[in-house]
Amino acid sequence: MNLESAIASLLYATLRAGTPLLLGTLGEVYAERSGVMNLGVEGMMIMGAVVAFGVSLSTKNVLLGILAAALIGGLLSLIHAFLSISLRANQVVSGIALTTLGLGVSSLIGRRYIGIPLPNPLSPLLLKPLTNIPVLGKSLFNQDIIVYMSIILAVILWLILFKTSIGIRIRSVGENPAAADAAGVNVFLIRYLCVFFGGVLSGIGGAYLSVAYFPSWREGMTMGMGWIVIGLTIFAMWNPLRAIVGAYLFGGIMALQFKLQPMGISPNLLAMLPYASTIVALLIGTSETMRKRIGAPLALGIPYEREEKTY
Amino acid sequence: MFKGSNSHLWDDVSVGEIIIKMKGIVKKFPGVVANNHIDFEVRAGEIHALLGENGAGKTTLMNILYGIYRPDEGEIYVRGKRVKIKSPRDAISLGIGMVHQHFMLIQTHTVAENIALSLHTKFFLPTREVEKKIADLSNKYGLKIDPRARIWQLSTGEKQRVEILKALCMGAHVLILDEPTTVLTPEEVKELFKVLKCMVKEGKSVIFVTHKLDEAISISNRITVLRQGKVIATISANEANKRKLAKMMVGREVLFQIKKEENSSEVGSIILKVENLYALNDMGLPAVKGVSFDIREGEILGIAGVAGNGQKELIEVITGLRKASSGKVIIFGKDVTNKSPKEIDELGVAHIPEERVGVGIAPNMSVTENLILKCYRRPPFSKGPFLNKRYIDEYAEKLISEYKIATPSKSTPVKMLSGGNIQRLILAREMSRNPKLIIAAHPTYGLDIGATEQIRRLLLEHRSKGAAILLVSEDLEEVMTLSDRIAVMFQGKIIGPIPTSTVKIEDIGLMMAGETVVLQQR
Amino acid sequence: MKIKLEKRSPGTITTLYITFLSIILALGVSALIFESQGVNPLIAYKEIFVGAFGSVYGFSETVVKAIPLILCGVGLSIAFRAKIWNIGAEGQLLMGAVAATWIALNNNIPPNLKISLMFIVGFMCGAIWALIPGFLRAKLNANEVITTLMMNYIAMELVKYLVVGPWKGAGEWGFPQTSIFPKSAWIPTIAKTRIHYLTLIIAFSSTIFTYILFVRTKVGYEIKVVGDNPEAARYAGISHFKIVMLVMLLSGGLAGIAGVGEVAGIHHRLRPPEGISAGYGYTAIIVSWLGKLNPLGVIVASILFGGLLVGGDAIQVSLGLPSAVINIFNGAILTLILIGEYLANYKIKFEFRGG
Repeated sequence: MNLESAIASLLYATLRAGTPLLLGTLGEVYAERSGVMNLGVEGMMIMGAVVAFGVSLSTKNVLLGILAAALIGGLLSLIHAFLSISLRANQVVSGIALTTLGLGVSSLIGRRYIGIPLPNPLSPLLLKPLTNIPVLGKSLFNQDIIVYMSIILAVILWLILFKTSIGIRIRSVGENPAAADAAGVNVFLIRYLCVFFGGVLSGIGGAYLSVAYFPSWREGMTMGMGWIVIGLTIFAMWNPLRAIVGAYLFGGIMALQFKLQPMGISPNLLAMLPYASTIVALLIGTSETMRKRIGAPLALGIPYEREEKTY
Repeated sequence: MFKGSNSHLWDDVSVGEIIIKMKGIVKKFPGVVANNHIDFEVRAGEIHALLGENGAGKTTLMNILYGIYRPDEGEIYVRGKRVKIKSPRDAISLGIGMVHQHFMLIQTHTVAENIALSLHTKFFLPTREVEKKIADLSNKYGLKIDPRARIWQLSTGEKQRVEILKALCMGAHVLILDEPTTVLTPEEVKELFKVLKCMVKEGKSVIFVTHKLDEAISISNRITVLRQGKVIATISANEANKRKLAKMMVGREVLFQIKKEENSSEVGSIILKVENLYALNDMGLPAVKGVSFDIREGEILGIAGVAGNGQKELIEVITGLRKASSGKVIIFGKDVTNKSPKEIDELGVAHIPEERVGVGIAPNMSVTENLILKCYRRPPFSKGPFLNKRYIDEYAEKLISEYKIATPSKSTPVKMLSGGNIQRLILAREMSRNPKLIIAAHPTYGLDIGATEQIRRLLLEHRSKGAAILLVSEDLEEVMTLSDRIAVMFQGKIIGPIPTSTVKIEDIGLMMAGETVVLQQR
Repeated sequence: MKIKLEKRSPGTITTLYITFLSIILALGVSALIFESQGVNPLIAYKEIFVGAFGSVYGFSETVVKAIPLILCGVGLSIAFRAKIWNIGAEGQLLMGAVAATWIALNNNIPPNLKISLMFIVGFMCGAIWALIPGFLRAKLNANEVITTLMMNYIAMELVKYLVVGPWKGAGEWGFPQTSIFPKSAWIPTIAKTRIHYLTLIIAFSSTIFTYILFVRTKVGYEIKVVGDNPEAARYAGISHFKIVMLVMLLSGGLAGIAGVGEVAGIHHRLRPPEGISAGYGYTAIIVSWLGKLNPLGVIVASILFGGLLVGGDAIQVSLGLPSAVINIFNGAILTLILIGEYLANYKIKFEFRGG
């Protein structure tokens, strides 16, 4: 395999592997910008995967499957939203509860899909004539529609967050919910919406795995991607554009993992790469946050209560 | 464009018309009736002062008017119409705006973004149109501000201007100001009063919540006095004088002076010495810029000044909670610069922190557990790795009764206590080991008169026992009454210290605004 | 009629009652989920109960499963009290297992020392695995939820690598596992059960140790203060770094011992991760939360979940369900516990109009 096609092939795989990460991270960025940490992403992704597979199989329509996955991701996230926002429960525990539930229910539902191939997975959308560009052509412009949409979505989400009135509201709720409340912003509604949005995107991210990337269903197939998403959110410093960088960086690491396998390196040692890299990415994000003194939404993870005793 | 209020609600208001009427308002919190059948009304074009000491229920009443709390009983009428104010949104749409004591601003955002938050702006690039509106109102009322500045870059006075602009942009016809002058220098207070008079001339009304008698008298048209959740009286400012108001506020003749022994000759050796201290704040900007002073046995050094001039950072450096970038802190002759809080505490230094709940206590732990927070390491509180439960319990009971901490039991979680009792607990903990150096930051902030007097008496007691006390407070009267020498902190530098007996309160006011001329005249 | 919620501090009886109610409701929710997927919940529950508590052997298996839960659960309760979210017990357990395997299969170590050394080195390895993310949290404020979780995956891959590669047993043909341990490295068991009682004794001791730690010692007090208000802890002169490292050391070490127990007391060899731990590290999170971070509560919760796991094995065989379905219970119980906690803090008052 010559260098050109090796790079092309790597780029191709990078974009595909990075897409579920990008979707999950974009969703989590919005949730965390509104002040809620959603650690249930792993559970929502895997439920998205199994639901998408099942619905695609039975309706023979992949897009319906993805829609169903979005819905289930959103619904699950509403449970987390209810626990963390309305009940002001510990967000770490709540997220873990949702992930555990998601892993369990998905394996229950998915047992009949094991080993069954998907007859009509998501096919690539060729952007001719761009596909004729050397190297980049075959790798960047013959991806499927979800890949393209996720990048466009990232840009739109960035615009919304920083250049619109809704974005100001979301960010204010995450920085200082009391101030936002006093300004007449509905803190609970914004948080619920952002968490729901995050759940929807996680669901779609999971769906991508089962109807496009592999495509198949395996128990636990997300392999911790949901957790990597949380790390990537910090690496992205809660910025949708930077999330693109992070997601594809990790997509690249994962793609590399598979490319290096034939060279005789143990697949298990290679498999450690994404996880170890997440720790490094987390450290980078955290230290940059501390250096630049901008970073995590100030109220992240802290439940908001209006009628508080004043001292 | 700016749908901030039902603007037709406020057409053709006549001066003197009753525009806000609160009837029979009752609000209870666990263990206390904050508002007890309160009747309160506001006329168009007036500045109406709501006067009362801390804990009288003023802020609660205004929070109800602004929709942050819902009353348990009572009715509210705006221009004669009965209304239900269920959230700040409702209040805003009725033309009621509020500037809180603690600013409700997003630190990392710009002025324009903060104000845009409250307005119904267009979807895309909302800040552009907001910036224009800010410029207009700025000129109309004399509120100078840069719309692109980030909040953390602004001074306290400027932040307050943003809050007022915000309320005005939202279409406020009635502006509630909650204790607005506590954070201002005397100069800034004058500016604020100018702005308020301008607003009132335009037919707007102002509710001025305060515990300061002079201000109530000087700025308002009418004064309503609250005490322990009830309205005592509503009188016009012309008929009011300080003595009358104070009696209404407290219910008894108030002694305006606390007796302090003049014992200038008893002052002993230097306990705390701060040499040319420099330190940065959390944002990495210089907060303490070359501060030097010393405090001797048996004297109280008061540092006056509006919050945000470096006092917080100064205290944190002295108590080991912040690194100094240069300079020295010397306690009992030992250089303790940048030593840990534990080491400094072990020298016998008491620290009454500015944030009693945020820093001073573990809210979910019991009264007993909080009382031993500083001494649990020492025998007889512990032996080896173990805590001596029996001794600790007895100790807690002793302190609870000695310092009159009101608590259902010694195992009650501390967060259930009132602010005054939490402070009593902190004082009990810090003072009962007879510290030689006491660092007290805003010790009576937000407390009722009973607790305030108790704490001031305690400080004076320890002074006569020979302790050196550093008192940082925004309450000028408190600083002047208690301190032997007084200094003013302004923009990271110290002016003074000079003996309190040689200054007048107006001089301090000037020093707080940065005027060092006062000193040179000495 | 208006429903008003009044805040209150719940007593022990109320807390127990609500916890019990939460579990029942969770079982109900899980039943619904099973029903929707064509599994008869009544049969499933009966199988679970009979399998876990219906016979002496069944109950002994429940105890077997409870041992690692108690160890991890107690350890996690220490970390959680300091509000340090150690989600890495699973990986710390595996590292303990790795350490034990190394000792067991090492011919240079005198046989009569093997068991003691396994426990000691297992504790140390689990502790180190936790101290790494602990250090990153203490010094660099890196989110420990993510770092400990990542360490789990790394540990899992490491075990997979070892049993397929360098540590694969010589005569094991296609099976990814090490050779069986020499008898000197087998933790003795009680009579006809699989209860490896040495580990059980350590588990109980750790419970007592933790109880004393929090009720009677200075360090326990410091941990509680750090968990309640880190600012106040700093003000009081408590070293945040020391406490974070300590709680990670203890929770990681105890999880490591759990790993030693599994590998030297049950399986007697190192296997792929899912063959060593049925998600004990994750289940322990729920166990410790259910037990309200209280050592005694952890023991009770461990028995409950041990029973669920045994039952889970039973229905896996009889109903053909994948083992991961046990997570349905775990997730439902945790969710309902959270709801229960909220309700416990409020007294519901019904107010009638005009009243």
